[in-house]
Amino acid sequence: MNSRPVSEEQLHAYADGRLGAAESMTVASWLAERPEVHEQVRAWREQTALLHGRFDAVMLEQVPPRLINAGRHAPLSRTLRVAAVLAWLSIGGIVGFLVRGTIGGSGSTELVTLPHEAAIAHAVYAPEVRHPVEVTADQEQHLVTWLSKRLGTPVKAPSLRGEGYELVGGRLLPGNAGPVAQFMYQDARGQRLTLYLRTDAAGNRETAFRFAQEGKVGVFYWLDGKLGYALSGEQSKADLMRVVDSVYRQLNP
Amino acid sequence: MPNRELIIAEIPRLRRYARALTGDSSRADDLVQDTLERALARFSLWRPGNLRAWLFTVMHNIFVNQIRSAIHIDYLADDLLPDLPLRATQSDNLELRDLDRALGRLTAEQREVLLLVGLEDLSYEDAAKVIGSPVGTVMSRLSRGRERLRALLAGVELPAGARLKVVK
Repeated sequence: MNSRPVSEEQLHAYADGRLGAAESMTVASWLAERPEVHEQVRAWREQTALLHGRFDAVMLEQVPPRLINAGRHAPLSRTLRVAAVLAWLSIGGIVGFLVRGTIGGSGSTELVTLPHEAAIAHAVYAPEVRHPVEVTADQEQHLVTWLSKRLGTPVKAPSLRGEGYELVGGRLLPGNAGPVAQFMYQDARGQRLTLYLRTDAAGNRETAFRFAQEGKVGVFYWLDGKLGYALSGEQSKADLMRVVDSVYRQLNP
Repeated sequence: MPNRELIIAEIPRLRRYARALTGDSSRADDLVQDTLERALARFSLWRPGNLRAWLFTVMHNIFVNQIRSAIHIDYLADDLLPDLPLRATQSDNLELRDLDRALGRLTAEQREVLLLVGLEDLSYEDAAKVIGSPVGTVMSRLSRGRERLRALLAGVELPAGARLKVVK
């Protein structure tokens, strides 16, 4: 019997094939006299083989485009924003939504109510022919001042001319946590977009852009500073994303 | 500079690790995406060396923050485990599913170390850097994780309540 004791660390290193030849021999002969420990080490090796058998195939999968494009657009890393939204959610205490979201299989926490509220507001007012807004764009300065005052924080109506949309105007709406603002835009063909702003964020926080499909209405939403933003429209996701990008840039020059 | 390309070349590995770590493919890809974005934003902080280990470090920090910053269901409970898209080449589905289940019952800390060493073949020293702990911590987590996994795979019952771990 070998007199020198073998440490557990050595056993792991042996199982992982990380010992030099001499040390490896020592451990092997030590193990030869201890079948139970030997069996344990064999089981560890088997675990490693099992892990490779189970997960190596992931490396052969096609990489999703969103990963290849990661970091290309976001001025602020998505990480920070996701961390922010998680923190925000826990402050908001809507644990029920969180847990439901996770169990529902999305695998990640979601800011549930914002896109839904925004989509409803969009669905109600975007088709409106005679009174789509309370204050029209020709009184833009008044509109912005008024909404800023009611929301208690400065808001801006971003210019979307570059994306082919003119500001129609805006309105004040009731939200769960106080007044909410909605700006409406329209392109040359009469297609409308609404930008929904609510003041739920607890402080200066940012989140990633998130997308939700609410019936026909697609919604990109995010938090930035004291405001939660949601851009809604029936346009394609790609078209909406272009607009979101522009909105975000204007709000964060 | 080919920074981006270097990092992109690591995506398949990051995905493999994240999949094993979270037990859920969409959560895994979210984690990878967050990792890539943070890594690209902070690439200037990386000193030439083990890029892979550095990326795992970035992922570790995000993963830990996610666990800390929200009520979070660690891994998937047994009855919520989706039928994983097992490939035809994987012969023993039952065994593989047992493995998923058993991994899900390790603590996140044990799982991380076990995967960094066993699956990703990081040195104990690199694994220690990734999790920001001494090598001794790596070894003790590895030891406990491996023994626990062994017991689980051998069908040793766990106390009730250990199935769905809600971590605050």
